[in-house]
Amino acid sequence: MNKPSDSAAPDFRNRDIKTIVNAGLKRRHAAERRFRWYGLIAISLGLAFVALMFGNIISKGYPAFWQTYVQLPIRFDPTVIDPEGHHDPKAIESADYAALVRAGLRDLFPAVQGRTELRALYDLVSSDAAYELRSRVIANPALIGTSQEVWLLASATVDTLVKGNIDRTLDETERPIKDNQVGWIDKLQASGKIEKQFNTILFTGGDSREPEQAGIRGALMGSFYTLLITFLLSFPMGVATAVYLEEFAPKNRWTDLIEVNINNLAAVPSIVFGLLGLAVFINFFGLPRSAPLVGGLVLSLMTLPVIIIAGRAALTSVPPSIREAALGMGASKLQMVGHHVLPLAMPGMLTGAIIGMARALGESAPLLMIGMVAFIVDVPKGLMDPATVLPVQIYLWADLPERAFVERTSAAIMVLLAFMVLMNGLAIILRKRFERRW
Amino acid sequence: MLTYLLLTLALLSAAGYYLGRHRAFAVANGQLRNLHSLPGFYGSYTALWCGLPALIVLAIWMVLQPGMIVDWVVAGMPPELRDLPPDRLNLMVNDLKNLVSGNIVSSTPNAAILEAANHYRNLQTIGNAALWVVVLTLSMAGIAIGWRKISPTLRARNRVEQVVNVLLIASSTIAIFTTIGIVLSVLFESIRFFQKVPISEFLFGLQWSPQTALRADQIGSSGAFGAVPLFTGTLLISGIAMLVAVPIGLMSALYLSEYATPRFRATAKPALEVLAGIPTVVYGFFAALTVAPLIRDLGSALGFQVASESAMAAGLVMGIMIIPFVSSLSDDVINAVPQSMRDGSYALGATKSETIKRVLLPAALPGIVGSILLAVSRAIGETMIVVMAAGLSANLTANPLAAVTTVTVQIVTLLTGDQEFDSAKTLAAFALGLMLFTVTLILNIIALQVVRKYREQYE
Amino acid sequence: MSTTTIEIKTALDTMLKPNPHVGKQSSVEVTDYNNRQTVGKITVDHPKMICRGVNVYYGEKHALKNVGIDIGANEVIAFIGPSGCGKSTFLRCLNRMNDTIPVCRVVGQIKLDNDDIYDKSIDVVQLRARVGMVFQKPNPFPKSIYENVAYGPRIHGMVNTKPELDDLVRASLERAGLIKEVEKRLEEPGTSLSGGQQQRLCIARAIAVDPEVILMDEPCSALDPIATAKIEELIDELREKYTIVIVTHSMQQAARVSQRTAYFHLGDLIEVGETDQIFTNPKHKLTEDYITGRFG
Repeated sequence: MNKPSDSAAPDFRNRDIKTIVNAGLKRRHAAERRFRWYGLIAISLGLAFVALMFGNIISKGYPAFWQTYVQLPIRFDPTVIDPEGHHDPKAIESADYAALVRAGLRDLFPAVQGRTELRALYDLVSSDAAYELRSRVIANPALIGTSQEVWLLASATVDTLVKGNIDRTLDETERPIKDNQVGWIDKLQASGKIEKQFNTILFTGGDSREPEQAGIRGALMGSFYTLLITFLLSFPMGVATAVYLEEFAPKNRWTDLIEVNINNLAAVPSIVFGLLGLAVFINFFGLPRSAPLVGGLVLSLMTLPVIIIAGRAALTSVPPSIREAALGMGASKLQMVGHHVLPLAMPGMLTGAIIGMARALGESAPLLMIGMVAFIVDVPKGLMDPATVLPVQIYLWADLPERAFVERTSAAIMVLLAFMVLMNGLAIILRKRFERRW
Repeated sequence: MLTYLLLTLALLSAAGYYLGRHRAFAVANGQLRNLHSLPGFYGSYTALWCGLPALIVLAIWMVLQPGMIVDWVVAGMPPELRDLPPDRLNLMVNDLKNLVSGNIVSSTPNAAILEAANHYRNLQTIGNAALWVVVLTLSMAGIAIGWRKISPTLRARNRVEQVVNVLLIASSTIAIFTTIGIVLSVLFESIRFFQKVPISEFLFGLQWSPQTALRADQIGSSGAFGAVPLFTGTLLISGIAMLVAVPIGLMSALYLSEYATPRFRATAKPALEVLAGIPTVVYGFFAALTVAPLIRDLGSALGFQVASESAMAAGLVMGIMIIPFVSSLSDDVINAVPQSMRDGSYALGATKSETIKRVLLPAALPGIVGSILLAVSRAIGETMIVVMAAGLSANLTANPLAAVTTVTVQIVTLLTGDQEFDSAKTLAAFALGLMLFTVTLILNIIALQVVRKYREQYE
Repeated sequence: MSTTTIEIKTALDTMLKPNPHVGKQSSVEVTDYNNRQTVGKITVDHPKMICRGVNVYYGEKHALKNVGIDIGANEVIAFIGPSGCGKSTFLRCLNRMNDTIPVCRVVGQIKLDNDDIYDKSIDVVQLRARVGMVFQKPNPFPKSIYENVAYGPRIHGMVNTKPELDDLVRASLERAGLIKEVEKRLEEPGTSLSGGQQQRLCIARAIAVDPEVILMDEPCSALDPIATAKIEELIDELREKYTIVIVTHSMQQAARVSQRTAYFHLGDLIEVGETDQIFTNPKHKLTEDYITGRFG
């Protein structure tokens, strides 16, 4: 570095600043535009992913809200249903209704002969059809002996074909449905005996190996029980912790430790909480596997940091003047918190809790660890019944190869997302409604 | 049963409250200013005496009763059953419990078991009845004590507040107990694992095949537990994810905070944050059913050999998931850079991009590094996407088009389905969990520290 | 009002050093004090910047009303006035720093030499290279001292070689009177300097681009008296080469460093004049109230 000439600074204005700057302007503005474009592209990519994913899932999932039904002429044959003729409910319950369905199918297609052919024909209708007929007869025994046209649930392959998801041009051996079945279905369709109805089973049924009978009721109830436990445990404890740390706790090593712990727990991978649940709640305390109670316990530990952090933010936003006013009136610290600070902070805390609940609703990894992945047909009726939850149901269905399950998985995702939107929307409304400016 | 007991207890406490309040009025002779505290506090005081001891006893009872009943039942069994080896005994006790609760049992019960079940049921009934009696007596006694103690000079408010304070402190320690619980649960099982498999083999071994073989002469008959392929797989997928998330997230944050109009920002920012609210299982589904086939088709069209469960698919989708995480954290960090820095640069004639590249980014660098570390810890711990879209085979490769497996995938695979609790296979999952917890904890602590230092710099 | 006013006035008189650059007095006579027409002579013989009919709006708020003033070449002109009077707003108009505030709208004409700086053809980058700015709070970049000064020349491509840049950085630091203090520590972060040094670093940073005008927005308000004195000395030296516009809260400072002074009040430019005249013989009642400490 050369030493600068002592007194007067060297005249570095050998060219006019205007020309110097002008020389580089074009290049610099081009760089500016480029950079701006990178930013726009990044955002558009992000938004495109959102759109792509939603579009993909909705386009796959919306057909699942409709389900194909077949209209069959059913003769409620007394010799099958009630051979002894004294209306014994037990006999009626255990009768072979599948035979009625088969007879109905044979009536429609009298030309079909031979074991394999007939079996192919029977495969058009879901095994649920027999249960449907049974429940009708039990509800109305007068049906016995009559003949009715009944809409019965079609099998999943029929449903898939009707929805146009099987390529008819493929060779017979390469598709799940045979040529003769296609022919029958076309005939049924031509005579108006096939129609798509709103898929109520999706919302009323439990899990099933048969796609057309599988529903998310069980998973929804499981999610409900799990979240109930989660909320009941994490909200009071989260609020209590937030209140303690924000209003009562002295600033010392101990509270520092608590704070560090909370912040770290918020970032611990969820699967580790699953390991905790497995080792502590199931193996140590001996609670039942797959129970919503255990799921709720695990999720409440996960949600706790979220609620605490949101709760503390809500408490700090209450201005100190309110506290001083209350204390100045002679209120005890607890009265000050209970009468003034907490009610003012409650909307913020609830918002945090709802967001935490929404996250808990979408959580699946820790629940895999505590056995909530079992195949469970029954809808759980309590906190101890084996259950699964909606996201885990999605995970289970996503593994199944049938096209009808792909459809249902997407539909289940739509339901899950609808709940998420609902909860987050509620949180936003709550925040807007009770937002205060001090 | 429990529900009714709790309800009764709640009712009794409510009664205690009213009794206490009433008593307070009575002892004050209608002159409230004679009382030390408001009557409500005397009510709460009585209610606490009524509910708290009873609840504590109830909780202890509930924890102890099942184990004690089992012990008694086993003690009352014929000796040939009592002296079964522990695992058979466990199985039998399980059967017994199923029998008692009316579930399907694995074998047809013999007379001894049936008798034991009866014994079990009897004990349970007795136990429950005793519990009711004890709890109700305690709560009544509580009310009586509270009632007797009430006098105008009783500092009821202070007592009640002390109890509430203890409750507050107790709930704030839950966080610490959770951490301790996590550490202990993974640590103990890991130690048992390392007794079976040397820690050096686990950390440095290149072969991972935890399935114990059927025959002794098969390769890895005792299972091979070298976790290096899992670590590299995790790093590969997280690396791909970061390659997607960091540029997109960072550029989005920069655009939103420096270029976007307030209106654009108000719509685009929440829209982008939608990505953060989507459950991971949805990403997993998307990765496995849409992205993976897409990449495979694309790859084979270009002449590459792409595994159907390629690291690329999982990493890409994971990256999308992390975008809002990176962008909102960096947004905070960038906004923490004082406006005066920007002004200083603009006043010298710098363009926006020059200001961003030469002033904002260097100034925000520590904060951005912190948020990227947090994002990395997120990626490493992410489970559902990789479980659904990444493979199970532990390949030691850096090829993003090959199938790799990750630590979290293996934990899930090892722990779902049938498991014997003492096998190395099950314990390995906890050892992996320990690794995962340690690494993410270190990353989090460093990141939080860095970000905190950074914020202090500008406060 | 009389006694206190007179006392303050005499105090001011003694403070004011005779300034050789003071030209002729303004010839406009004031008659109507409620009149918000600018009092005094707004034009100069060798204007560097000419501002006419400048209005600034922040959303609905009319922050600056119809301001017209000339800024002469190689003069130091001070803007004074109570808080919120628009003096800083006006200053930021002069290099279009207000562009960074989305709700801000500027109407009127501001000319630098013969270029209308709000004209479409004028590039704000080039404008700001010509009209530098120093802020209220020292804002060195979180970089080394050297990099702070080198920043402007680098982005504008003013030098081609490293030795040239070294020279330029040292020359700028020298001109800012900082070189002796930082010669040995050019690689240390700019934030490691003291407040006054930081502010001189910011001035060095501004003059490294070799601007024609330097705007200073209360450059000493965050500094102690000694650091302030150094900056004021520096301003006086810099006047040889640059035109300097300084916004200040301190009337003494305005009196010490400037040749001309403009008084702003609630968005109006009330009075412009030679500094001596403004402080000894204000023509507008509002100016008089302000400099006598009636409010402000």
